[in-house]
Amino acid sequence: MIENILINGLIHGGVYALLAVGFSLIFGVARIVNIAHTAFYMIAAYLIYTFSTRMGLHPLLAILFSIALVTGIGMVVYQLSIKPIQEHEITVLIVTIAVAMVFQEIVLLIYGGHFRGNPSLLTGFIQISGVRVSYQHLLTLIVVFFVLLLTWVILFRTRLGIAIRATAQDREVANLMGMNVNRVAMVTMGIAVMMAAIGGVLVAPLSVVEPYMWLHPLVMVLAIVVLGGLGSIKGSLAGAFILGFTETLVVFLIPLGAFLKGAFSLMIMIVVLLIRPEGLFGVAFEEER
Amino acid sequence: MIRPKIILVGAIISLFLIFCGVEVMSQEIKIGVAGPMAFIQGQHHWFGAEFAAEEINAKGGILVGGKRLPIKLIKIDTNEIINVPDAASAVERAITRDKVDFIIGGFRTEAVFAMQDVAMDYKKIFIGCGAAHPELCGRVAKDYNKYKYWFRVTPINSMFLAKVDFILLGMVGKFIGMELGIQKPKVAIFAEKAVWADPIVAAAKDNIPKMGMEVVGEWRPSATATDVTAELSAINASGAHIIFTTISGPLGIPYAKKWGELKIPAASVGINVEAQKKGFWEATGGLGNYDMTMNTYARVEITPMTIPFYDKFVAKVGEFPTYNAGTNDAIRILANAIEKAGTLDADKLVTELEKTDFYGAPGRIVFTKDHDVTWGPNFVTATGTQWQDGKLMCVWPVNWEGITYKGAVKYKIPPWVVEKWKKK
Repeated sequence: MIENILINGLIHGGVYALLAVGFSLIFGVARIVNIAHTAFYMIAAYLIYTFSTRMGLHPLLAILFSIALVTGIGMVVYQLSIKPIQEHEITVLIVTIAVAMVFQEIVLLIYGGHFRGNPSLLTGFIQISGVRVSYQHLLTLIVVFFVLLLTWVILFRTRLGIAIRATAQDREVANLMGMNVNRVAMVTMGIAVMMAAIGGVLVAPLSVVEPYMWLHPLVMVLAIVVLGGLGSIKGSLAGAFILGFTETLVVFLIPLGAFLKGAFSLMIMIVVLLIRPEGLFGVAFEEER
Repeated sequence: MIRPKIILVGAIISLFLIFCGVEVMSQEIKIGVAGPMAFIQGQHHWFGAEFAAEEINAKGGILVGGKRLPIKLIKIDTNEIINVPDAASAVERAITRDKVDFIIGGFRTEAVFAMQDVAMDYKKIFIGCGAAHPELCGRVAKDYNKYKYWFRVTPINSMFLAKVDFILLGMVGKFIGMELGIQKPKVAIFAEKAVWADPIVAAAKDNIPKMGMEVVGEWRPSATATDVTAELSAINASGAHIIFTTISGPLGIPYAKKWGELKIPAASVGINVEAQKKGFWEATGGLGNYDMTMNTYARVEITPMTIPFYDKFVAKVGEFPTYNAGTNDAIRILANAIEKAGTLDADKLVTELEKTDFYGAPGRIVFTKDHDVTWGPNFVTATGTQWQDGKLMCVWPVNWEGITYKGAVKYKIPPWVVEKWKKK
């Protein structure tokens, strides 16, 4: 059973990490609480469905088009609806809720309320310590690892990363140092949305594509970033795996209460917040800022 | 000055008569089709009704007192999947504004209860084609005068759904015993956490041991869960030979997909509403092969009406009909009752509807004294369907109570289940 819990926990945590890191990134840099983050993930899932299943494009091509298109949509949304009100955090939050709802309704209008699925890129499974792991899950885990690694390289080994971190630490000083903070925020938004899109195309073959598929991950992402410490990438990573493992543990240890896995995760978040109100890495993050 | 006045009065009377005449000429029977129209359930309500209305209208309409009146369908979008209270308002609006004469459809039990009350208050005949709760007809027994305008065509009520569910489980258990030599198969109960599933799970825990099988565990993922890999891994570890499913929501797709992809060595049987749909094969990328689910329709000769209706539905809609498409038979039953009664008067129609004995697509439809559709051999039985290489085949009833539907085939144990357990 331990092998089962380890492997399934890693898979769950990996997908959550991809979504939560993107969410955290844009919050850290531009103080944008982007509720529409998982709506971009939903759009990516629908686009891959459209390109590969409906239009018959090669899955890899469909994935590339979907990610590019969603990233483009994300940057347009930023320019048109977030940037003009960026200074008003609560307004941004409300606007992004509205954006997510608009996306949901558009999808409902175009595709209806049908539950759809995408074929896996790779079918079949391998046995790891007696646990059956599908190739698609394994692929997801590898891609998540590389995307997170790439994000780390961008943030810590490139000039763009320095600009992003500088803007996250102090927007005004970064501006005074000659950085175009608006452009940095837009690029960060692009990276964050791209991560959500990658999450969407990875999850689409594992899950159900439907107009409300953005809601559950949103709750989990919010829980993860609060648990890890708002805006802390490290915290989001830790939070994602903590909640991923919690969900898996619940399923294995209390099969009758499998439906409570989300509730257990949220309870862990509350317990952590009672002990450390700033979240796991909140203090470090505040010091960074 | 008298002459112009006479002319004016004459003109008004003539206009009035003309309008009255137009009104009489354009008189039609308005049937409200209630369902969540953005979703497959509502769409099937609508298409089912549309097929029946088109056919009846092509013959000139329904004969009422020597005159043929065409059917006009009114779409009632109940939005009940997203917001239950919307349903009652939508029905009330259809009665008061659109002046519908009859209502058919409904999907979610809690919404149908509310719609039923509104329809009964206005003494409108409401034929249910979606909600399975027994109490919807129980109300007819408790307060006949108020609820007599309610009838149910599809699906069979949930008590009988559970009965069929266990018959299907027993059938698979027998196959496992006969073909794999396992005399006491182990069963994993896999049911979404929803109110409708609770009585089935409780009954399963009670009945499975009596059926000579063993319950190895009970997994209750959330009805909105999107990944059940962990649950399936746990079922695999439990050594189950059969997974007894009770799933109505989107969960049915990732469940079947992962079950097939990971080749979980347990036959899957029970209720998986998503597996009743044509899109299931595409949605699971074919990995849902061998999943078995209870169904209302199947492409077999339940009655002479079944295959023509099934084929027409698939050709026009591109989907297999779900039980919501029972609106097709609801309209035909209503039309028969109207023609026999020769009136649209609800009370007289109730008497005619109670005498219904109609061969519809899901079987022979006869109403019980509580206005529920009768379940059993030679009535509506429901079906057991299994995905076999891209086709949804009817595998039950086969030699059940002397009934085998023409076109039904033998149930197949998934080959990886055979491979795993045959050796032992």
